[in-house]
Amino acid sequence: MTSLPDPSLRRPRRISLAWVGLLPFFLFALAFLFAPSSSLLFGSFLDSEGALTFKNILGLSQPSIRNAYWLSIRISAVTAVVGGLFGFLLAYAVTLGRLPRWVRTSLITFSGVASNFAGVPLAFAFIAVLGRTGVITQFLEDAIGLEIYDHGFNLYSFAGLSLTYLYFQFPLMVLIMAPALDGLKREWREASENLGATSQQYWRYIALPILLPSILGTMILLFGNAFGAYATAFALTGGSLNLVTIQIGAQMRGDVLHNPGLGYALAFGMVIVMAISIGLYTWLQRLSERWLR
Amino acid sequence: MKRGTFGAWFWVVLGGLYFLLPLLGTLDFSLRMRRGVLSFDAYEKAFADPQFGQTFLFSNQMALLTIIVSLLLVVPTAYWVHLRVPRLRSVVEFITLLPFVIPAIVLVFGMIKIYSRPLAFGSLELVRPLTNSVWGTNLLLVAGYVVLSLPYMYRAVDTGLRAIDVRTLTEAAQSLGAGWPTILWKIIFPNLRTALLSGALLTFAIVVGELTLANFLDRPAFGPYLWLLGQHRAYQPAALSIISFGLTWVAMGVIQFLSRGRIKPGQVAGAH
Repeated sequence: MTSLPDPSLRRPRRISLAWVGLLPFFLFALAFLFAPSSSLLFGSFLDSEGALTFKNILGLSQPSIRNAYWLSIRISAVTAVVGGLFGFLLAYAVTLGRLPRWVRTSLITFSGVASNFAGVPLAFAFIAVLGRTGVITQFLEDAIGLEIYDHGFNLYSFAGLSLTYLYFQFPLMVLIMAPALDGLKREWREASENLGATSQQYWRYIALPILLPSILGTMILLFGNAFGAYATAFALTGGSLNLVTIQIGAQMRGDVLHNPGLGYALAFGMVIVMAISIGLYTWLQRLSERWLR
Repeated sequence: MKRGTFGAWFWVVLGGLYFLLPLLGTLDFSLRMRRGVLSFDAYEKAFADPQFGQTFLFSNQMALLTIIVSLLLVVPTAYWVHLRVPRLRSVVEFITLLPFVIPAIVLVFGMIKIYSRPLAFGSLELVRPLTNSVWGTNLLLVAGYVVLSLPYMYRAVDTGLRAIDVRTLTEAAQSLGAGWPTILWKIIFPNLRTALLSGALLTFAIVVGELTLANFLDRPAFGPYLWLLGQHRAYQPAALSIISFGLTWVAMGVIQFLSRGRIKPGQVAGAH
């Protein structure tokens, strides 16, 4: 690279050609990413005759749709916070907890598998374990006489779905937080100890502020991860929980909202929520990179 | 630091239980088809169903096609961005992140909306609706899977390209008289094989059991079959879930081995 003439000197004719190399990629993105999503955007501003309308957007405030968004948001927030905290503690345990090396390796491998183990098989695994005739349900009944279904537990409910989502949520937190915790420099700790700081002070004033953007950002990523999930929820509850994704699925099967435009608005509202959360994640991740390289 | 280690063990054991209990429970459940004894009956029954073979084969074919299309699309693009148009890097990276913003269910909704009507110019019909034909729907399915795998594939290839000296390799090949196809096929692809294999395996893990796209495009894939089986059978779905988990394990295990434990954040996580 150094021995060659500056490539910018012989570039003028190539500039127009260079981006042509990216044309297949851009065309693909146009056909299968931009066109489908923008057609939903346009569709949400058109009525059945094709005239401009804001009715669909306003229609999003009707109770059934508001409830769907609210349920999706709650379940995503709960699994993001619980999964985030649990994942953080696990990542902390395997990075700074002075555990043998193999614990870390196996936890990271397991996290890689579990964060990809979702959808139908995951739902079936939880049904086999915590369903009405599940292994743990039976075990608790036989061993200590506890019938969890008589005590308000139900796998096909908010709590059950949250428990299932956590299976792919906290591993993702582990995968992102373990490298971030590795990024905490030993010198920072030593410097603070030399200045007389206690362990709590070190965490309160140095480590946590450095890690905070990363922790928050990853929790927001987990939020988006759960918000967009369809397969797991559908396979587990068969559509009995009124999540946004489930409602979109029902709308696709047979116009349950009796208004295609409203369906498009529903889907597009989802993209907006996802865009906000991914945007926040990217921004916070960039903030944290200032310290954690 | 004894106290700290105890806390660390506590969380790790708890996490391990969360990981293992559902799996061990499912495994146990899948072995109990015959009353009173452990047997592989559920597995035998599941494999004996011709629909299992058909749908599993179909999903594997789609996964293979997805991997091929994805590699042909992503490798030249990432290579070209590195070599010639670094100015457009952020644009390309932004596009590869978009699938995170557009959930699978929204993607398939939009695809069905635009490709279930003919591509027409006025009253002149240019292309018949893609969803009207089997090949057209399969094309949509593969395209959708390529979209879902885009963030992971691009990340993997980009990381691979950063590790090699693209410019020197290209110039060396050019000075020996190689054209673009030769450079890509004989220099870049082989040099990226670890990264490509990781991307391909992750794509495989995402695609093989995928439900959302296959379901709404009405393709006879493994995900919808497994779901349907779960509606009227108890033991076979558990057995197939274990198989499915095993496949994910193998795929991730190989990636883990290839990257020697250095998994980059964001490189993992599939379609839920």
